[in-house]
Amino acid sequence: MTTTSPLLSVRDLSVRFGGVRAVEGVSFDVRRGEVFTLIGPNGAGKTTVFNLISRIYTPTGGSIVFDGEPLLAHAPHEIAQLGIARTFQNIELFEHATVLQNLLIGRHTHRETGVWSQLFFTGRTRAAEVRAREKVERVIDLLELQHHRESLVAGLPYGVRKVVELARALCTEPKLLLLDEPSSGLNVEETDDMAFWIQDIVHELGITVLMVEHDMTLVSRVSDRVLAMNQGEMLALGTPAEVQRHPGVIEAYLGTSEDVSALRRKAA
Amino acid sequence: MRFIFKTRYEQDIVLAKHGGHVFWYSLLLLVLVAAPWLFSEYWLAQLTFVLIYSIVGLGLMLLAGYTGQFSLGHAAFLGVGAYAHAALTNAGVPFVIALAAAAAISAFVGVIVSVPALRLKGIYLGIATLAFGFIVEEVFARWERVTGGNAGMHIKAPDLFGWKLDTATSFYGLCLVLTVLATLAILNLLRSPTGRAFVAIRDSEISAQSMGIHLARFKTLSFAISAALAGVGGALYAHKLQFISPDQFSILQSIELLLMVVIGGLGSVHGVFLGAIFLITMPQVIALGKDVLPAAIGQAPGLQGLVYGLVLIGFVLFEPLGLYGRWLKMRTWFQIFPFYRRGLFRRQKAFQKSDRLK
Repeated sequence: MTTTSPLLSVRDLSVRFGGVRAVEGVSFDVRRGEVFTLIGPNGAGKTTVFNLISRIYTPTGGSIVFDGEPLLAHAPHEIAQLGIARTFQNIELFEHATVLQNLLIGRHTHRETGVWSQLFFTGRTRAAEVRAREKVERVIDLLELQHHRESLVAGLPYGVRKVVELARALCTEPKLLLLDEPSSGLNVEETDDMAFWIQDIVHELGITVLMVEHDMTLVSRVSDRVLAMNQGEMLALGTPAEVQRHPGVIEAYLGTSEDVSALRRKAA
Repeated sequence: MRFIFKTRYEQDIVLAKHGGHVFWYSLLLLVLVAAPWLFSEYWLAQLTFVLIYSIVGLGLMLLAGYTGQFSLGHAAFLGVGAYAHAALTNAGVPFVIALAAAAAISAFVGVIVSVPALRLKGIYLGIATLAFGFIVEEVFARWERVTGGNAGMHIKAPDLFGWKLDTATSFYGLCLVLTVLATLAILNLLRSPTGRAFVAIRDSEISAQSMGIHLARFKTLSFAISAALAGVGGALYAHKLQFISPDQFSILQSIELLLMVVIGGLGSVHGVFLGAIFLITMPQVIALGKDVLPAAIGQAPGLQGLVYGLVLIGFVLFEPLGLYGRWLKMRTWFQIFPFYRRGLFRRQKAFQKSDRLK
């Protein structure tokens, strides 16, 4: 694979749940080293696209190719191995484990020893544990989680959980990071931090980011390209400014100008 | 309060985190080694049972407390181990090989059970394992050529390379060694990637999967390890009683095993031992109570079941963390005296759980 080829390439992706067309004919490429954002009103199918990429759902049509590898040929647990990590819209952490344990679970695909070696905790396992810890500490440093290292996730405030989930995804050392609404539930200051971190992740760690986000300030600040979706279909694709000006996008969010004038006439 | 100054990652990996651990666990081991000279024969026998149940409990704790898979048929694995070991020993197979084979056969049965169990969760898994327990109990009763049917079967004393372990003391020693080994194995597993994968499956399957954890493989592994430990426990149980019959591995036994880990405290290795002590001492306490209570209550059948039920309800309502949770609270009370407050261990309400996919 040459480095100019897209990292993720989605073609004609469709999925139906019964009669509901959740995603219909969606195609896009995510280039290496960019931040690609999916926007759209509720129910547009953004999270469904994420769940299709992480193989939680199986599409009814279309293809997803990641780094030259057809994703549909892989089971859900193999996706992390290929280099895709994700966060969840409503946070899916391991609640009754410490932050450190959560991050170490992120190292699962990089484990070096088998069960027998671990049962006896051989020197090899011990050394591997220290190496895993070193990797995890780097992420802790980056996201400033030092204070929460030993805390149980169950007792942490929402904003910190959000960061822990991002940290856990980074511990898998992904090529592509899927962020499902990274700023939802965060206050202005926390959202600001999140924007900085996303930029750091892209520029310093060289990880490509695909995210779903509603906060347009954050979107225009960090995204290179934006795909707007509505009712499972693609509306517009381009730079944040282009997409924001696109009449179809304005219509999806605010309704058409005819509607507005019709409402005005009624009100008058 | 103790503050540990950490300078190396190994300090978080070692089992004994500070001098206090080294001191108290050494003392405990010393007392256990000296037990045959410290306790009467009766209490030594009780202690042996505590150790045997602890081995089984370690396995069930790994499965229920750490992987989140509740088994209501765990006595079946105990039984498979007991019968396999008894049959092999009586056929003249050396003790160590018979014990390993009992563990392996039990683990194999665990793998078979886990195949349907992979598709089931919560109460449905409970029902499936319950049914499995009944099936196995029935097999013990019907497969007379091997198990002796309802008449049961006798088993010879263990013969360790020509050294007959036919005294209470020597058998206790054997149980102690195996318990220590099983505990170390479980602790090692829990501080390595496999143990963390189990915890991940317990807390969020969807998220575990997206971290690259093969759910089916790790659930099967957890069942296998759990069943193997139950098998070892079963083999020792058979030796201790010298006689086994199908009704020893009934649903009641399964529930007692589950009671042990729940009352001990789900998700803690200490809880296994506290639960085992509880399980062994409880009948004695009830027997003592029988003399004190009026005859209408004291002599009524099913008193033990009633007491167990009440204790279980009490724990679920008031101390979901079990005996070990209670101990943690008491220790914290002393450590930070006089600053303990009631809400200290209360978990914050979980923030909105995501609508679980699938």
